Amino acid sequence: MNPVALLGGLGRAILDTLAIFGRVAMFAVDAISHIFRPPFYPREFAIALLNIGWLSLPVVGLTAIFTGGALALQIYAGGARFNAEAVVPQIVAIGMVRELGPVLVGLMIAARVTSSIAAEIATMKVTEQIDALVTLSTHPMKYLTAPRVLAALITVPALVGVGDVIGIAGGYTVATQNLGFNPATYLMNTVNFLETRDIVSSLVKGAAFGLIAAIMGCYYGMNSGRGAQGVGRATKSSVESAAILILAANFVLTGVFFSL
Amino acid sequence: MIRLENVHKAFGDNHVLQGMNLEIAKGTSMVIIGGSGTGKSVALKCILGLIKPDSGMIYVDGKDATKGDRDAFLARFGMLFQGAALFDSLPVWQNVSFRLLRGPLKRPADYAREIAIEKLRRVGLKSDVADRFPSELSGGMQKRVGLARAIAAEPEIIFFDEPTTGLDPIMSGVINDLIREIVTEMGATAMTITHDMSSVRAIADNVAMLHDGVIQWTGPVGQMDTAGDPYLEQFISGSADGPIEAVR
Repeated sequence: MNPVALLGGLGRAILDTLAIFGRVAMFAVDAISHIFRPPFYPREFAIALLNIGWLSLPVVGLTAIFTGGALALQIYAGGARFNAEAVVPQIVAIGMVRELGPVLVGLMIAARVTSSIAAEIATMKVTEQIDALVTLSTHPMKYLTAPRVLAALITVPALVGVGDVIGIAGGYTVATQNLGFNPATYLMNTVNFLETRDIVSSLVKGAAFGLIAAIMGCYYGMNSGRGAQGVGRATKSSVESAAILILAANFVLTGVFFSL
Repeated sequence: MIRLENVHKAFGDNHVLQGMNLEIAKGTSMVIIGGSGTGKSVALKCILGLIKPDSGMIYVDGKDATKGDRDAFLARFGMLFQGAALFDSLPVWQNVSFRLLRGPLKRPADYAREIAIEKLRRVGLKSDVADRFPSELSGGMQKRVGLARAIAAEPEIIFFDEPTTGLDPIMSGVINDLIREIVTEMGATAMTITHDMSSVRAIADNVAMLHDGVIQWTGPVGQMDTAGDPYLEQFISGSADGPIEAVR
């Protein structure tokens, strides 16, 4: 193959990717700016709080409890290789709060909320409901995007907090019921081992992941192609992008909190 | 009242509007006809600012439509979309009173509901429809709710995008009559896009035919059949033979 054509293709791919990043960044700035500028839509915000926060609790809780339990079993089995079974409470706590809690909640939100936001807004776009909003003097970014982004910023850290607690409870249940740990000692080791920095990092990650999840859902929904295929593609792309960005942001934030 | 001057709009290589000129006088009903993909909806969306023209000027009451307070500009318009474009998540009455429930025209919910029910009655729907959701309505009922929403804030200008598409002939007749009555009663300026010649005859004061991105013919509806324009004649007769290519 002609090396010039190859380089040209590579350059175009890089430029296209950078252009997408630019468009998403501009969309995010626009969406966030609309949170602070009237008019506000409290009803839409309340519905978004309910959908993103309250209705995500079951899936977040179930994910966290099974992960916490499995983590306790793995650490116990792994620790037994060098007589370190006693570290189960500390590793479950740190693993859930620093990493697994925020990441799993973020990914579950990407699966549940990002997809739902993208599909809903994309369907509104292809059925001209977004145009209808404009003709009714209602800014789609204010009415559709701002309430969802704000709700995700508030509720996802809360969900992460709940997920952390439930995950630790899962580990506690497995450790005390199956692995012979003393309940009081387990709890004391968990509480004593966790630092404020662990909890703050968990909640900050939650806020960042919530922002990513809502922005990606809204961006792909608003920029959806035509017809059912357009809605499907927007939904798929939103979840893929949100999941990748959440994992990348997790890496960056872990570096910021624990390596610097 | 509405004037388009040399409006161009292209999507990539597809030059949809190629210098469209049109004038719609205040209080009159203009119907734009033309084949599929000739840019009728694009022209309408350009006037509303939903699509930005590449070049040309659009004036409403002599003022540049792209300048000035956008909310105040849009508050003068009502629009019935092709698929009604009702908000699925809201009951019918909240769709109809959408403008009255939020923003600068916000009114108490009870009042907004009363207005919604009154407008629903105006388009021939009973008050029990008010609490249903759009997905529970037939296509004809959705169109009527869309019409009720378009007139809820008593706009000066109303746009109708394919108002009878997908409806049976009887329901089409009902919608056509409603549009004519409402436009006359409100003294509004109306612009309708349609392929349906029975709609043209029922709704129009004036007709414009859009072809190849320009207005091919325009004049009073009464002169349409005797205009002698081969494009218009072919469109009215629905013949495959004539200057308009049947395969596009």
